[in-house]
Amino acid sequence: MDYEIVIGLEIHVELSTKSKIFCGCTTEFGGDINTHCCPVCTSMPGTLPVMNKKVVEYAAKAGLAMNCSVANFSKMDRKNYFYPDLPKAYQISQFDLPICKGGHVDIETDGGTKRIGITRIHMEEDAGKLLHDQWGKGTLVDYNRCGVPLIEIVSEPDMRSAREARDFAEKVRSILQYVGVSDCKMQEGSLRADVNLSVRPMGSNVLGTRTEMKNLNSFRSIYRAAESEAERQIKLIESGEAVVQETRRWDDDAGKSYSMRSKEEAHDYRYFPEPDLVPIEISDSLIDEYRKSLPEMPWERFERYTGELGIPEYDASLITASVKTADFFDKAVFSGADPKAASNWIMGDLMKLMKEIDTEDIPFDGEELAKLLKLIDSKKINNNIGKTVFAEMFRTGKAAGTIVSEKGLEVVSDEGLLDKVVEKVIEENPKSVADYLAGKDKAVGFLMGQVMKETKGKANPQIINGLIKDKLDAMKGM
Amino acid sequence: MMDIRKLTIKTAAMALRKKEISPVELIEKFYERIDVTDETIGAYISLEKEKALEQAAKASSMIDDGSSLLAGIPMAVKDNMCTEGTKTTCGSRILGNFIPPYTATAVSRLGEAGAVMLGKLNMDEFAMGGSTENSYYRKTRNPWNTKMVPGGSSGGSAAAVASGQAIFTLGSDTGGSIRQPAAFCGVVGLKPTYGTVSRYGLVAFASSLDQIGPVTKTVEDSAIVLNAIAGRDKRDSTSIDTGINDYTQGINESPVGMKACIPVQYLSEGVAPEVRSKVQKAIEYYESIGVRCEETSLELADYAIAAYYIISSAEASSNLARYDGIKYGYRSNDFNSLLDLYKNSRSEGFGDEVKRRIMLGTYALSSGYYDAYYKKALKVRTLIKQEFDKLFDEYDFIIGPTAPTTAYPIGEKEGNPLEMYLGDVFTVSVNIAGLPAISVPCGLDSAGLPVGMQLIGRAHGERTILRAAHAYEMGNPFPIAEEVSHGL
Amino acid sequence: MKISKETVLYVADLARLNLSDEESERLSDEMGRILGYMEKLNSLDTSNVKAMEHVEPVSNVLREDIVEESFERDLILSNAPDEQDGAFRVPKVVE
Repeated sequence: MDYEIVIGLEIHVELSTKSKIFCGCTTEFGGDINTHCCPVCTSMPGTLPVMNKKVVEYAAKAGLAMNCSVANFSKMDRKNYFYPDLPKAYQISQFDLPICKGGHVDIETDGGTKRIGITRIHMEEDAGKLLHDQWGKGTLVDYNRCGVPLIEIVSEPDMRSAREARDFAEKVRSILQYVGVSDCKMQEGSLRADVNLSVRPMGSNVLGTRTEMKNLNSFRSIYRAAESEAERQIKLIESGEAVVQETRRWDDDAGKSYSMRSKEEAHDYRYFPEPDLVPIEISDSLIDEYRKSLPEMPWERFERYTGELGIPEYDASLITASVKTADFFDKAVFSGADPKAASNWIMGDLMKLMKEIDTEDIPFDGEELAKLLKLIDSKKINNNIGKTVFAEMFRTGKAAGTIVSEKGLEVVSDEGLLDKVVEKVIEENPKSVADYLAGKDKAVGFLMGQVMKETKGKANPQIINGLIKDKLDAMKGM
Repeated sequence: MMDIRKLTIKTAAMALRKKEISPVELIEKFYERIDVTDETIGAYISLEKEKALEQAAKASSMIDDGSSLLAGIPMAVKDNMCTEGTKTTCGSRILGNFIPPYTATAVSRLGEAGAVMLGKLNMDEFAMGGSTENSYYRKTRNPWNTKMVPGGSSGGSAAAVASGQAIFTLGSDTGGSIRQPAAFCGVVGLKPTYGTVSRYGLVAFASSLDQIGPVTKTVEDSAIVLNAIAGRDKRDSTSIDTGINDYTQGINESPVGMKACIPVQYLSEGVAPEVRSKVQKAIEYYESIGVRCEETSLELADYAIAAYYIISSAEASSNLARYDGIKYGYRSNDFNSLLDLYKNSRSEGFGDEVKRRIMLGTYALSSGYYDAYYKKALKVRTLIKQEFDKLFDEYDFIIGPTAPTTAYPIGEKEGNPLEMYLGDVFTVSVNIAGLPAISVPCGLDSAGLPVGMQLIGRAHGERTILRAAHAYEMGNPFPIAEEVSHGL
Repeated sequence: MKISKETVLYVADLARLNLSDEESERLSDEMGRILGYMEKLNSLDTSNVKAMEHVEPVSNVLREDIVEESFERDLILSNAPDEQDGAFRVPKVVE
């Protein structure tokens, strides 16, 4: 029997506003326990929420970037439940009138482009964090994260494989970074996904019983969790058992999920409209303004890179995968760099350096790369030195020109000087000379390497190549 | 020798200005009075003598430059408004040791105007009740007859003013909690239009109904206090800019030509005969001074209590969920798990009436019942507001009794919650519709207990009802409670 | 109107309240009577009426995204029944 896997994702994203959604406390990550708090976000008696304007703007823009319609009228609601990380014992969220509805995001699959529907996007507040007491005597509660603004993006159950689920999540993340509403730093928890999954016989249009795995915070775990759960459900069904509707906890280290059945009475959240906040009305003209203010989306840039700029599709898709590399590339080209050259440097050197320290941040902008390339093109430094300089730029954030002059890395083109070095190297390496004279042209390479060594890599390769060949050829004639 | 029981804001301000008494002396006199009377009256939960004397000492410059009528005036605040550094209990065990690190906006504004806070006042627990008998801490007694309840939930606020323990107080009103105790204690109680006074720092009972308001001896004093506390507060999203700068404006204007109406439902058989007759006399007085009074009908009057109790209990059940023994407040000593901690702390910390309302409210919001109860009540709310709006197209204000009876004996209504709820019949619809209303004394019944008359105005129509109430007061001066010695 | 004992216990659990047998009987009775009284709302036709969530027709009360200084931790914890290392402490929560 062939089975179809049906997956929907709920993605929670922390918005990158400076202050929290209902009070002025900072949203900065980290910070000593309970030092980003005030009476409002710790729910002291008598306190009241006041809505942050930027949260509405960011939520609307995120929705527009995902092709949603933004509601002219929306409101906040209370979702009531008891848990220590929720100080008011209710979360202010949106129930029946969310800010955005009905959008889609396209992903690439083997079968071509696939459209994944977005059911809705709503605004809500994040809860605090529970920490485990090292003495094992209890659980500790930190409210710093309480009140950090979130949007929850709910997809239609349109994904049919673990890969599609992961690709969708990656695409959403990329879009949000492009729009600039979240840094999406998954290791800081600013993007988390819940995977809802069920299986059914291929061809059936009745949904199977689904399970939910919550708070996955890496693409790898989204993929593995989905894959594992699909397998688990299929195995159950094939052995005649039924899938239980439940929430499961995914343990990425163990590669397995566990039932959280003990938590499993269906919650009665008793949603009702938040009486302490007034409704949010967004006019059509404001929605238009938001739409116009959206930066160029990844697919738009892809078109431009492959079209206007003539970059291969593979390169373009790698560069547009992150808004930071795309912005970097655009700036470099704008500052005069050759698109193909810039693209090569980004895909090669830059991405390697970023991967080494596992960062998404680039400590300088594309204009600096353009300047570096100019130095190379004008032969002030050679390509290899260029790579060294680039790594130094990445490490220190200093400009190429500064590094070259500080370290004296200019290409040495002084023929007189080089002549002397070439003479020296030839003298010191009789074997190579002999090899060359015996017909091994490759020996030149070795000699060049030695000259480079002597000149600490700064020799102008064309010049020394010429000098070496001249001198050796002259010896031939002897 | 100054009889401080008779002092109003205006007369006290004058005495201070003329240096007939110093601010510190005035405060000390009030503490003496509290010493003598409060064991019987029981209006105060806590006193802040040291801070008050410090405040009084600082008031002199504001008194001298005349910049604020409230400078140096002794007042007290219902114990559900947060006061930084001073215990704020809401009349409950569950906040028995809670000391807020911040002050409610309305109270801060009084402080900025130079008023001096003597202490925090007793109340029904979390403002739920009509007699102040639901306080965890003590009973408050009616200064007119100490065997009787002072009304509630702002019983302490009303009793303190009536017995001369403070020149004015702040109370809060969700379904009548300022007006009804004002009526029972023979003082003036005003609930402003919803949104006029910031709720920031007022411990929430029912968010869409709660308002802070003044309890005073005279109508003009009420306007003076309202001036100090009203106005948009950026910390309260439901507080609005009313555009009104001075609530005393026009208070002395002649009432001739005003039009009042009396809904027949307000003078029905359910109202005690003596209450009815006193209110009718007041209506006759209005007619005699040129106010046109007509009978009308409020068909929905009967439905207001049901709608009120559903809405207020539902909101309260959510607002009180934060009392969990984790961040502040009472924590049970008896628990083995988180669930125990929640259940035991809340069950030991809350009184019966609070639990009853939490249960009602939780039920009304729960799955399957939301539409039938909460949503339905919100729709009835729309109808009630529309009915009032229609009346205000024609009339300037509505007259009726504040409560169907005068004060009753302490302990009489225990064990009968529904009956107690029905006593709110004239006040709750005002909160449902978000309108302003004022209760003024309009006589004493044959047992010597005060009768209160309520004037209801259109939204932001405080000046109209203040003007009408002031006109009544000028022809019918309000009596003050005799020296407390009876009923012991 | 009758509110069953199961319902009372379910609601009490939702509200995190313990009720003694006596209390749940009493509440079952009281809630029944009070909710029964509230049934009178059903005699009003509200089929074409909008629910009034706010009495004032105000919308868009929003604040600028500006950071304000947070409170000192000591003040945040000043009323905590139990704390450790700057955090509020509760009995062990099993995930």
